[in-house]
Amino acid sequence: MNLGSILLWGFLATLVLTGNMAASQGLGLSRMSIPFMLGTVVVPDRSRAMVLGFAMHFVNGWIFALVYALVFQSLCIATWWLGAVGGLVHGLFVLLVLLPLLPEIHPRMATERHGPTPTRMLQPPGFLALHYGRRTPLATLVAHVAYGIILGAFYQLSSCTVH
Amino acid sequence: MRGVGSQAPIASYALIGDCRTAALVSREGSVDWLCLPRFDSPSIFGTLLDPARGGHFTIRPIGAFESERRYIGRTNVLETTFRTPTGALRLVDFIPVTDEEEKRRTLRPDFTLARRVECLAGEVEIEAVCDARPDYGHTAPRVSGSDRLGHTLEFDSRAFIIRSELPLEQRGGATALAGRARLRAGERRWIVLGFSDIAPAVLPSPGDRMDEYLATTLAWWEAWAARLRYTGPHLDAVVRSALALKLLCFAPSGAVIAAPTTSLPEEIGGTSNWDYRYCWLRDASLTTAALFGLGCTAEAESFLSWMLHATRLTWPELQVLYTVYGDAAVTERELPELSGYAGSRPVRVGNGAHDQLQIDVYGEVVNAAFDFVQRGGRLDPASARMLAGFGKTVCRRWREPDEGIWETRGGRRHHTLSKAMCWIALDRLVRLGEAGQVRVPVPALAAERAAIRLAVESHGYSQASGSYVAVFDSEELDASLLLLGLHGYVDPRSQRMQASYARIRERLGVGPLLYRNRSGRDGISVDEGCFGICSFWGVEQRARQGDRAAAESDFITLLGYANDVGLFAEEIDPASGAALGNFPQAFTHIGLINAALALESPAGAARKSASAKNHDLQVRE
Repeated sequence: MNLGSILLWGFLATLVLTGNMAASQGLGLSRMSIPFMLGTVVVPDRSRAMVLGFAMHFVNGWIFALVYALVFQSLCIATWWLGAVGGLVHGLFVLLVLLPLLPEIHPRMATERHGPTPTRMLQPPGFLALHYGRRTPLATLVAHVAYGIILGAFYQLSSCTVH
Repeated sequence: MRGVGSQAPIASYALIGDCRTAALVSREGSVDWLCLPRFDSPSIFGTLLDPARGGHFTIRPIGAFESERRYIGRTNVLETTFRTPTGALRLVDFIPVTDEEEKRRTLRPDFTLARRVECLAGEVEIEAVCDARPDYGHTAPRVSGSDRLGHTLEFDSRAFIIRSELPLEQRGGATALAGRARLRAGERRWIVLGFSDIAPAVLPSPGDRMDEYLATTLAWWEAWAARLRYTGPHLDAVVRSALALKLLCFAPSGAVIAAPTTSLPEEIGGTSNWDYRYCWLRDASLTTAALFGLGCTAEAESFLSWMLHATRLTWPELQVLYTVYGDAAVTERELPELSGYAGSRPVRVGNGAHDQLQIDVYGEVVNAAFDFVQRGGRLDPASARMLAGFGKTVCRRWREPDEGIWETRGGRRHHTLSKAMCWIALDRLVRLGEAGQVRVPVPALAAERAAIRLAVESHGYSQASGSYVAVFDSEELDASLLLLGLHGYVDPRSQRMQASYARIRERLGVGPLLYRNRSGRDGISVDEGCFGICSFWGVEQRARQGDRAAAESDFITLLGYANDVGLFAEEIDPASGAALGNFPQAFTHIGLINAALALESPAGAARKSASAKNHDLQVRE
């Protein structure tokens, strides 16, 4: 496995993913901010949460890049379309599994069952994160497919024997 | 006495809920309105909008009876007492609530509607009918199960589970479950409806478990009401309004909806039937003022936080209304197959006003944030950026005509209140900027602020009428002009504001009741009732202009228009006193609370007036 390639392209792919999601927010397509959601797990302060969340997001990006690299190595293929497929599966996993699970483990996120006790908490994402805007699923999938394409296109396979 | 599954007068309903959804219960023991899982979901009981198709959940005596009811103490647990020729019966209705910690400890259904019937004296034969009609009556659920584990009513992947201590059976192969029983003094039975939409349903438990839920629910509401900060003479009315308002707060996001119903008519048989199960920014600062004023700081801050962040999708523009999760697209559609309340059609779901331009909302939102800061709150950088963005939008758009506060559908005009609220937005931003809370170009905003004031005082005030007017260079009056003083655009004690109040009362008043206007233009019906919130604005203006005794008298008269459990609709028919429009209406209760707070503390009222005056610019006329 090519660790240097994972670190470099994992970082750049996460950068593009984060930029994509930030652009979706700026363009009014979605209110979802993964760094903010991650950062508020640790601190309630919005500004500090964003900074911490970015750091956590990049660590996550590297971890996922490692998984992508394992897949590429095991198949002995690293190409953009395989990365795109991986990104699509990754995005669906985030939308269908991770985000619905988040309110149950996030200390500062309300669940759909929250109430009547009021509190300033993050809204739950809901099915496919639709509570953050109806274009959120699309924006999330596009960002993750872009992440996968970068990894697939640029990851350098290490020694690989085709049987 | 009405037949099972027929509509009752609007004022005969009481509200129970859990801050995610709410049910309307009639004096006859019928749940005629319930949407699940949240306020703006399709109804499962909708007799309110169609007695034949809507569905209901009724528990009541068979034969003739009289009923009376109350909320138990300072809670949202409803108690209806039926008196029949053979005995007396008590029905307790509630949606269980508890704190988040308790929820983590015990496995509970996502939603439960709990009903307990108890014979108090003699012997009473009762009937129970649960006729669930999901999706506004469009769908009949599949019914299965038994009394032992509960009857399941399935619809798509969702399930309603009814567990009952009364024997229930499918009626004639239909979807309704019904049963009869004879109860003797001291006997009681639970019927519990649970709901699950995604996970396997948690079976609701009738019996001892429900007694525990009832005790927990009563304790939760009592504890919440005990924290309210009001010491004036109208404690019962204020606490009931606060409890009603709390039921309309959507806890998972902090949003406050206007009302839990859709299409209750502003005129019986008329077409002004709108869906109010959304969040309007129109009265945002009055809502936060009421919540802060009562000491409901957590609710007020949650609402403010929702306003600033749930509305990001449209930033730096603001829409008139949003869903509880801040969705900006609230498509309006008609449900032609529903007969409507008392034949008032069409029934509408969604609200087309979402794409109107209502520039007063910027003033409302900025003023709410300003209030938060004045009470010691701190704006985080993201919120400060949001507010600064609204300031730019106001500078760019305040010269445009808009649809105005009442969302009329007859075209855009230059509404005086909308311009004045733009002045409020810029004034508060200038003050926040000077205090270092928001980074804005203070001189530029101050210049625009002065330009707005000049425009309002030149074109929004009629020398002929001696009053502010609803639309620039017109002679139209509108009760919403009272907000000029209440929001601090002018001192409520100023000559112009006092004269405006006098004209409004003279032309729009029926005693202390006020119509919002009588123009009949722009799609507003001339046959609608008096507006609850406008009437309470009148009380507040009167109190703030120093006429406290008269304001107190008006306030007491207005309280007489509440229904038997202290709830108000949007409008009041001045002839019959009947409630009209969606019910209960958050804004009417907000108006009541703010008026009571103004009456409670004349010193506070004076402080607010003085504050407004201090920041008043000199008007050159």
